Amino acid sequence: MPAEIGTKLVSARFGDDSARTVAGYEKQGGYQALRKALAMRPDDLVNEVKASNLRGRGGAGFATGVKWGFVPKDAKAVHIVCNADESEPGTCKDRELIFWDPHLLIEGMVITAFALKAVHNYIYIRGEMMREYAVLAKAVDEAYQRGYLGKNVLGSGFECHLTVHRGAGAYICGEETALLNSLEGLRGQPRLKPPFPAVKGLFGNPTIVNNVETLMNVPFIVDKGGPWFAELGTGRSGGTRMLCVSGHVNKPGVFELPIGITFRELIDDVCGGVWHGRQVKAVIPGGVSMPPLSIDELDVPIEFDALMTDERIKPVEVLPGQLFDMGGGRQLRTMAGSGGVVVMDDHTDIPKACWRIMKFFAHESCGQCTPCREGTGWLEKVSRRVADGHGKPGDVDLLATIAHGIAGNTICALGDAAAWPMLGFLTKWRPEFEAKIAKVAA
Amino acid sequence: MSLEFSAEAQKKIAALCERYPSKRPVVLAALHLAQKEFGHLSDDALRLVAKVLDLPYPHVYGVATFYTMFRREPAGRNVLRVCTNISCMLRGAYDVLDAFERRLGVEKGGTAGDFTLVEEECIAACANAPAVICGTRYFLDVTTDQVGEILEFLRKNPHPESEVV
Repeated sequence: MPAEIGTKLVSARFGDDSARTVAGYEKQGGYQALRKALAMRPDDLVNEVKASNLRGRGGAGFATGVKWGFVPKDAKAVHIVCNADESEPGTCKDRELIFWDPHLLIEGMVITAFALKAVHNYIYIRGEMMREYAVLAKAVDEAYQRGYLGKNVLGSGFECHLTVHRGAGAYICGEETALLNSLEGLRGQPRLKPPFPAVKGLFGNPTIVNNVETLMNVPFIVDKGGPWFAELGTGRSGGTRMLCVSGHVNKPGVFELPIGITFRELIDDVCGGVWHGRQVKAVIPGGVSMPPLSIDELDVPIEFDALMTDERIKPVEVLPGQLFDMGGGRQLRTMAGSGGVVVMDDHTDIPKACWRIMKFFAHESCGQCTPCREGTGWLEKVSRRVADGHGKPGDVDLLATIAHGIAGNTICALGDAAAWPMLGFLTKWRPEFEAKIAKVAA
Repeated sequence: MSLEFSAEAQKKIAALCERYPSKRPVVLAALHLAQKEFGHLSDDALRLVAKVLDLPYPHVYGVATFYTMFRREPAGRNVLRVCTNISCMLRGAYDVLDAFERRLGVEKGGTAGDFTLVEEECIAACANAPAVICGTRYFLDVTTDQVGEILEFLRKNPHPESEVV
């Protein structure tokens, strides 16, 4: 049965302080899915997750079971790494999930580790999340004491260790190979792929990197079955989705919602509409890396495939009439990303909003690839002078050219993450940028 | 001047080294501990981390200067991180940052007595923008009127970042 507004899995314990302790979690049925999983064959667990249509909640939306299937069968050592480095602007779900329900994450990780025969596993948590680190570290200690972690998990003979590893301030460490380098004690700079982490990751071993929300869904899949989970969703996307709504709405918040909900339903029905009775101007659909939508594009469901292919969304252009090519002639509309929905009302200064996003990427570029290191810096400088009213004739085309020069030409996706929204804003609000420059010229 | 870790920190580092196949992955944790014990990461503090983990000094230097939470200069007991990223900006974060600057009499990045003021990138509290974080304490839906109150609270109840290290 498809999920309805009000169907809650991973956020069911939001607001309930008692679930933060292992005793409180157990009282509510916690760790029963782990007991069930330990009695299953690991391959059957992988197949159950494949059948669930669970897709990665960190941003890419990759099928989780398929990713797990990439681990070579003869691997000597495998690692599960939880990506808790949430830092994509507009995204604030993992921080809440960890704070309210740390044991659900641990249970999901132990089940995943059992399914993939992983002994030494890690949670990489963002350095700034100090409150959540304390919560998680305590929960891990409790889980060891109760035998959910350790040399012999619940007497099953399965050895499973979990270490919480704190970052120290770097957005790029949310990129999975940068995260692995950071875990290994290096600067957080992404690796060339292939090899992908599932084949050669942490310490050279096959490694599965999954997002917090992704792993927290695993106990539900074990408990109720993959097909049940798939049916909650829509199309090739199973389960529910955590959406974080911020910006100019009456009731911002973090909500667990059916995957097929549209932006219009989200803004009007869930978030009480745009504040001050205004209209929507722009909506960032899933973290600032994703091209924004205009008011005419809000009836699309917030689902991974729909946002890439729905023809109601205007494809991103490099220059007017010249479509951006993602490779092989593929168009870029937008993507579901991280679930961070940022709503901007009709009073919003789009060039200024765009500049703030470029400032972020210029700050966070790791410096490894020239197009990104130099390009994000120039996107910030040029977009700032346009936003400040000091733009020069030709600056709009210059911004488009710089962005186009970065996209696709870097080791990791941070370059694209800066270029796509830049081009997206220009595609949909080019006259606003031009008007600011015309004012200077006049 | 050469530095030494406290017995407690040495114990923590030794325990963490058991968690990884080599000592190198412990570098971030050791730098967090060094910052807690010495206030900031001086050259001597970096040398100490290098010695304890058998790492080359340039490696430790490279790591320490890559991550924004590590400081090479002393800071106030409270590091106040004011998010100005898009969701917070849309709801007045730059006014909040200005108000902190005026109240403290420093520009962002500066230190005044107990406080170091930092313009922070997204701290994952977007649904309660503008958001400010100080150690384990979040200040949410902050308005410019609350700035004095927040500073007063933190003066009485400091929240150093080293609390959880």
